[in-house]
Amino acid sequence: MCLGIPGKVVDVRDEDGLRMGRVDFGGVRKEACLSYVPEVVPGDYVIVHVGFAISHVDEEEALRTLELLSQMGDLVQQELATMGPGMTAPAVVDDPMPLGAAVAGRVDEAVPRHQAAPGASALRPGARA
Amino acid sequence: MKYLDEYRDGAIARKLVAEIHRVATRPWTMMEVCGGQTHTIVKQGIDEMLPDGIRMIHGPGCPVCVTPLEQVDKALAIAADPRVIFTSYGDMLRVPGSTTDLLSLKARGADVRIVYSPLDALRIAAAHPDREVVFFAIGFETTAPANAMAAWQARELGLDNFSMLVSHVLVPPAMEAILSSPSNQVQSFLAAGHVCAVMGWTEYEPIAAKYHVPIVVTGFEPLDLLEGILMAVRQLEEGRAVVENQYARAVRREGNRLAQETVFRVFEIGDRTWRGIGEIPSSGYRLKPEFARFDAEQRFLVADISTREHPACIAGEILRGTKTPLDCTAYGVLCSPQRPLGAPMVSSEGTCAAFHAAGRGLGPAVRPLTVIGVPPGTSADAGLQRAASEAIAR
Repeated sequence: MCLGIPGKVVDVRDEDGLRMGRVDFGGVRKEACLSYVPEVVPGDYVIVHVGFAISHVDEEEALRTLELLSQMGDLVQQELATMGPGMTAPAVVDDPMPLGAAVAGRVDEAVPRHQAAPGASALRPGARA
Repeated sequence: MKYLDEYRDGAIARKLVAEIHRVATRPWTMMEVCGGQTHTIVKQGIDEMLPDGIRMIHGPGCPVCVTPLEQVDKALAIAADPRVIFTSYGDMLRVPGSTTDLLSLKARGADVRIVYSPLDALRIAAAHPDREVVFFAIGFETTAPANAMAAWQARELGLDNFSMLVSHVLVPPAMEAILSSPSNQVQSFLAAGHVCAVMGWTEYEPIAAKYHVPIVVTGFEPLDLLEGILMAVRQLEEGRAVVENQYARAVRREGNRLAQETVFRVFEIGDRTWRGIGEIPSSGYRLKPEFARFDAEQRFLVADISTREHPACIAGEILRGTKTPLDCTAYGVLCSPQRPLGAPMVSSEGTCAAFHAAGRGLGPAVRPLTVIGVPPGTSADAGLQRAASEAIAR
């Protein structure tokens, strides 16, 4: 019950003094109370929880977060390229890798587990195969 | 769906996981507060992708799970009254009370109805002036603006046949209760993004300072959670303890002022009992005296009933994060989502239900052999794609 789902405001109307509207969630339209987000207009995105819009989604912030997240991956790769011994498995694997190869590529036991972990994290995507 | 799919990108998730592995040099224990976050973490196996030393404790943030047994028993007593149409969010219907649950009561003829929004309960009250319509107003701060608006509108519209059974709880006092416990292990919190969408995060700043714990306001999608964990790990590694906001697209520091205004017109802060935890001072909302006529507890004179949990259920320890469902002898044997003993198995946001849905600890038939912590066939991608397709189906 506690989930909040982002949806796009379709229309707005007044009902018994409340600001109501229809919100589109990927094709499914539901009624929501928009009284707590008086600034939204049709086309805006809101987060709806138990039939009430509780937040107006900030498009700029949403884009910025995604950009940061994508860029950060590149930073990781740059960083890894400069890392020293102990790294016998790449931390980021873009192609599916057979599980056996991933296991074989595991770092040597002398390395503490938390440092060995970048290799281990690559196992997950590798395990797809 | 926009604002969902892009936060489930498997390639970015792998990079975030790698970055967490790179940054973490020491073991850290953190707690995600909200049950919705627990669900994503367990379902996607996010906790299993983390470095060995990074431990996620699943917090008490499932409103269904922490609603005390006596409130459930009061709901059952009220719903059994033939004058009453009892309305509730769907999750509460299967929560076991002392003797039965709302769904069983409905099967025996009680008029129990599921509503999506508290405004639906108001519509039912307007359509049935000859009946008493009671709404089970449970939830955290996220739900409070909706439930408060229901009471406000009932007064505006003069709906005298409407009342609410209130069981509202608040996050910051629960966090303080956890942090001040002598057995506390939590070093950092992922705060619940939607609670903060309503309340903002100013309440968390003194907590971060007093207990020296990083608090990261975090969203609910896999990438949100991974970034929230990364931000918390960075703070822990650097010895910082401040409130940071990962969920900037939905949360502002001051929260939603209009929603807060309505909440505090209708509710005031009072002591609350949390199922499995006990009473926490000033940890919930109750109706203000001027809204007392909408208080179902006064209207129906439901006496306190002494309550007893199922002896095998360790819901309290699970809610406090001191045990996991895998420590429970009843889990998957006596207790399942089909036949729940306690609330964490009932609610989809409960820790036990999340573990069960992910097949954790349910034997090799359900859960394949683990190779260095990596269960074959449950890769991040598969999980992420599953979540995306399910969300679209929803």
